[in-house]
Amino acid sequence: MQFMLLFSRQGKLRLQKWYVPLSDKEKKKITRELVQTVLARKPKMCSFLEWRDLKVVYKRYASLYFCCAIEEQDNELITLEIIHRYVELLDKYFGSVCELDIIFNFEKAYFILDEFLLGGEAQETSKKNVLKAIEQADLLQEPRHEYFNVPVY
Amino acid sequence: MSPSIPLQEMIRAIRSARTQCEERGVIQRECAAIRAQFRQVDNGGARSHNLAKLLYVHMLGYPAHFGQMECVRMIASPRYSEKRVGYLGAMMLLDEKQDASLLITNSIKNDLAHSNQYVQSLALCTLACMGSAEMCRDLAPEIDRLLRASNSYIKKKAALCAVHIVRKVHDLGELFAPAARSLLAEKNHGVLHGAVVLITQLCERNPEALERFRKTVPDLVQIMKGLVISGYSPEHDVAGISDPFLQVRILRLLRILGRHNETASDAMNDLLAQVATNTDSTKTVGNAVLYETVLTVLDIKSESGLRVLAVNILGRFLLNNDRNIRYIAMTSLQRIVGTDHNAVQRHRGTIVDCLKDQDASVKRRALELSLALVSASNIRTMMKELLLFLSSCPPGAQSSSCQRHIPCGRKAGGDVRDETVPNLIQLITNTSELHCYTVHKLYRALLTDISQPSLVQVACWCIGEYGDLLLKGECQETEPSQVTEDDALDALETVLQSHMSSPATRGFALTATMKLSTRITENVDRIRSIVSIYGSCMDVELQQRAVEYNALFRKYDHMRAAVLERMPVIEKNSSGHTNGETAGDAVKEIQPAAVKQTGPLLPQQPANQVCDLLDLLGGSEEPLQPSTALGLPNSTSTAGGDLLDLLGGLELTPLAPAPTVPVYEKDGVSLTLICEKTSDSGMTVTLTASNSTDSDISVFTLQAAVPKSVQLHMKAPSGDFLPARGAAKVTQMVALNNPNKVNLKMRIRISYNTSQGSAYQDTVQIDSFPGL
Repeated sequence: MQFMLLFSRQGKLRLQKWYVPLSDKEKKKITRELVQTVLARKPKMCSFLEWRDLKVVYKRYASLYFCCAIEEQDNELITLEIIHRYVELLDKYFGSVCELDIIFNFEKAYFILDEFLLGGEAQETSKKNVLKAIEQADLLQEPRHEYFNVPVY
Repeated sequence: MSPSIPLQEMIRAIRSARTQCEERGVIQRECAAIRAQFRQVDNGGARSHNLAKLLYVHMLGYPAHFGQMECVRMIASPRYSEKRVGYLGAMMLLDEKQDASLLITNSIKNDLAHSNQYVQSLALCTLACMGSAEMCRDLAPEIDRLLRASNSYIKKKAALCAVHIVRKVHDLGELFAPAARSLLAEKNHGVLHGAVVLITQLCERNPEALERFRKTVPDLVQIMKGLVISGYSPEHDVAGISDPFLQVRILRLLRILGRHNETASDAMNDLLAQVATNTDSTKTVGNAVLYETVLTVLDIKSESGLRVLAVNILGRFLLNNDRNIRYIAMTSLQRIVGTDHNAVQRHRGTIVDCLKDQDASVKRRALELSLALVSASNIRTMMKELLLFLSSCPPGAQSSSCQRHIPCGRKAGGDVRDETVPNLIQLITNTSELHCYTVHKLYRALLTDISQPSLVQVACWCIGEYGDLLLKGECQETEPSQVTEDDALDALETVLQSHMSSPATRGFALTATMKLSTRITENVDRIRSIVSIYGSCMDVELQQRAVEYNALFRKYDHMRAAVLERMPVIEKNSSGHTNGETAGDAVKEIQPAAVKQTGPLLPQQPANQVCDLLDLLGGSEEPLQPSTALGLPNSTSTAGGDLLDLLGGLELTPLAPAPTVPVYEKDGVSLTLICEKTSDSGMTVTLTASNSTDSDISVFTLQAAVPKSVQLHMKAPSGDFLPARGAAKVTQMVALNNPNKVNLKMRIRISYNTSQGSAYQDTVQIDSFPGL
């Protein structure tokens, strides 16, 4: 995988994970164009599209688009499964996840992603193991002032 | 200094900003506070959450480079929460292009050896995400150590980290090869997955490694069998498939190992057959595995039975309700259409059906595949489908489809029926943005091969029509090439002189040459000489054209530009299209081109008559006689005579079409007149009556009187009943002959009965006849 983007229906970026080295400017340009392209697609259309020289796989979950750019040899259908697995992980962690969870706890969303994918590839295929690891890592967090930890919307 | 607010408070504040300006204000305030905090030595637990705030702001698109050094500091902190956010910041703000990234190498090195596996994990993750080549070189030995001696949690991460290192520094692949091999013996799925990915990477980069790793094929087959057959592992199960992620990666590795190698391919044959038949294909996840299996089967040296099985799976995919699966199937079929052509042909029907899909990507795939499947035997049906598809395409898609259609036309050229020529020409005129590209492409096609009549005809037509674009040289979608006027004329002349060209084709070429006379500047004389040569050609059609064109050069040179200007866009209901559907119809392909050539020149009335004529014939099988009515009313077939007569007529009248003149309007009854000269002294006047009242009019008659020397002949009127509200009209044609050329006047008496039964009469005098 080259990168993963999560964005809302209005085109607001909620998460961006880049596995290839690009300058900030390039990243912004790619994001802008790809978001536009994906948002322009109609609901019944294919989840796969060719964009520049990449294969893009995207899926919409409620108000969020999950969009991955994969390489020529990568399997599109399994990428859909990867996206689905990530959503399941978020769902289990946050308890019935919604977009607001990802907005207000974006760093947690990243931590979860980093336990599931490493360098653009899946590192753990068992859902249980990923969640266990996150739990353990969370326990290591030093206690902070109370109001830092309480989720606020 | 304002107290720093918690991260989530800030997020809420930013979200509640109503305007971009307000948002910017909030962010600027926060960034200032964050900067200040960074400068302080130690804030207790607030440091990590300050950086988190900065990362949020960065995600919104605001600059955050001042946080880079803070990331470096945080990574070096002993506190886990600070490390965690620090590493996250490093992955977001520091890429290998930043100098600051080198500063974290030492921290990473230390953390790789940390006693806590979660700290190690952070370091591994960051290195795999943004490690530069230099960092990778420095830390590779550490990674290798971790690959060998650590727990599974770390091993699986180290394996993927190694993948990244190998991508950055190819030589380091050697270093990891032995460790990778031994990892295949692990039971842990995460480690296995990492190992398979690593081995795949090593084999892709290095052919020697590939040779060595071929020995692992039996092991891989064993692992795969374990996944497919035995045991339901709840931990790794996805909709009944045991660890599909691992299965897909193993299949991919097997593909690489089995390619070009008989032994390896044999070893995996059974397994692949098993996976192909046993995998449940009701859900996407099953199809993902099947897809990978099919790709592998088709790429290695598999048995023919297995290949057939694979293609059948793709065929099943084509019928799947899920659009994604259909798309995937077509992508795969595209890859094998060259090698397994017959197998793919069997599914041609389904593929052609996909041309009608709603999704543009699916349509494009179907088009590419359909074009690849065109062959001599199915060309007729295929062309029909493709043309239908092209005509229903939105304009943007049309250009890319046309781009592919043209090479297809070239391929199928010899067998293509003549109806496709006008169809293709019509399509080309409709996609104006493509003219430049089309003419370049066709010109080049013409240079290489002039044996296929349809292609040559279309090419000649385009060169004639868009010659100026061809000569201009620049074209966006194809490489620029300098085509000179001589080159273009050479090409056309070659077609003219070639014994392979049919008379029809030469007709196209001659007309195109003539058209170029207005589009080029220097070689007009050359064109003149070409045209005059053909004035004595044996072929009557060519001779006629040549003589006509000669006349355009000589007597009617002032009209040449108007006659030869750019064609208007051909409408979809033109004769070419409807007649295309009739079988065995000899509608002259030449005629549409020739007729439309003189199209803009004709006054409106004959053109209308022509359309009516075609409508009357509608979809009938009756072939239209070549030399008559099609646009040249009352013409004889004497060579050159017709065009001259028409031009002669036009010398007297303006080029505007004959107007419809209202001559009488009273009580809702109106009468209009169209006048048209038919010979030197003769003309036809058409009177049209209509009734705009709310009640019908019956027994409507017209009587006409003219000066003594003028001969008058009233033809039968179309009827005598004028329904209310102009539902229908009555026309009356009057033929006049004015040999003495007196001043023409006409008196018309109108008489009719209203719906109440009362009779009505009126008279009107017409003194001037426009159009004369």
